[in-house]
Amino acid sequence: MAITTTKSAFWKGFRDSAPFIFMASPFGFLFGVLAAEAGLIVPEAFAFSLAVFAGAAQFTALQLMQENAPLIIILISALAVNLRMAMYSASLTPYLGDAPMWQRALAAYFMVDQSYALSIVKFETEPELTAPQRMAYFLGTNGIVAPAWVIATAFGALVGTRIPDSWGVDFVLPLAFLAMIGPMLRTPAHIAACFVAVATALPAAALPYNLGLIVAGIAGMIAGAQAELWLERQKTKSEAAQ
Amino acid sequence: MSSIPAPLLWTVILGLAVGSYALRFAFIGFMGGKPIAPWLMRHLRYTAVAIIPALVAPLVVWPAPTDGAPSLMHFAAAAATLAVGYLTRNVLYGLGAGGVSLLLLYLAA
Repeated sequence: MAITTTKSAFWKGFRDSAPFIFMASPFGFLFGVLAAEAGLIVPEAFAFSLAVFAGAAQFTALQLMQENAPLIIILISALAVNLRMAMYSASLTPYLGDAPMWQRALAAYFMVDQSYALSIVKFETEPELTAPQRMAYFLGTNGIVAPAWVIATAFGALVGTRIPDSWGVDFVLPLAFLAMIGPMLRTPAHIAACFVAVATALPAAALPYNLGLIVAGIAGMIAGAQAELWLERQKTKSEAAQ
Repeated sequence: MSSIPAPLLWTVILGLAVGSYALRFAFIGFMGGKPIAPWLMRHLRYTAVAIIPALVAPLVVWPAPTDGAPSLMHFAAAAATLAVGYLTRNVLYGLGAGGVSLLLLYLAA
């Protein structure tokens, strides 16, 4: 269906994002449960999701707080997980950069994996969209997913306080991270980044103040970037040979 | 249950809220249409896929439920979760596989 008005653009984004409820709700719920297990009360878990609004970073901060990591390490690590948001912001700027400042400020809050993924595809395939339609579509992709995430967190925290400690949920967080990593390994460069990060993290775990995490993260990042360059060079070489 | 001190928790929440917002706002708010340097984009692409495995690797090799003693069963549960997530490209299937293997762990224990 072609988008004809700003309003229909919003609802198109709203509908396109609907399947993501099934992703956001269980994850928000799980964050709430684990936050409650870590001792957070419902308003704290709720405020966490509302203010930070970034799943992977929230899980990272929660894990490190439980490990009694220093504040600065917690902040650096969780923000490093969120660096991809800066990349999303940069990549959507050509499409949304002309909107009024208050709209851009609002859009920045809603810059998450799913709104970015849906929007960039939409904007690339339908260049005839006007600037207000693009902004409406982008905001529409969060019309239902954002409330679902925050509400699911509160429910999870409510349920989490009733789960007995003996259930041993302290291995659920590592499993949640692993489930997140799987789909991220899209290219050989991503796999290289992951592999180098793991290989560095294990010996670096001996470093004080959880510094090993930062060291391993930087090593993985560099490995990914270098692998990407190398793969590009191989590609140009094989194309030149043909 | 080790409770997280409230001042630390709220500092983390506020710090992350401000920091995450700044990252999201940086380009769309300030840069206008200016493109970001390719070398920087190249590194940003791999931050999440480096930091998260770096965080999770020690948790799998020295799991908390065994007080840090390496455990083949926990390793197997972790491997199954990662493999299913990777093969299906779906976080939820991965998480489901993790849940099932955790249940098996619990029953076997």
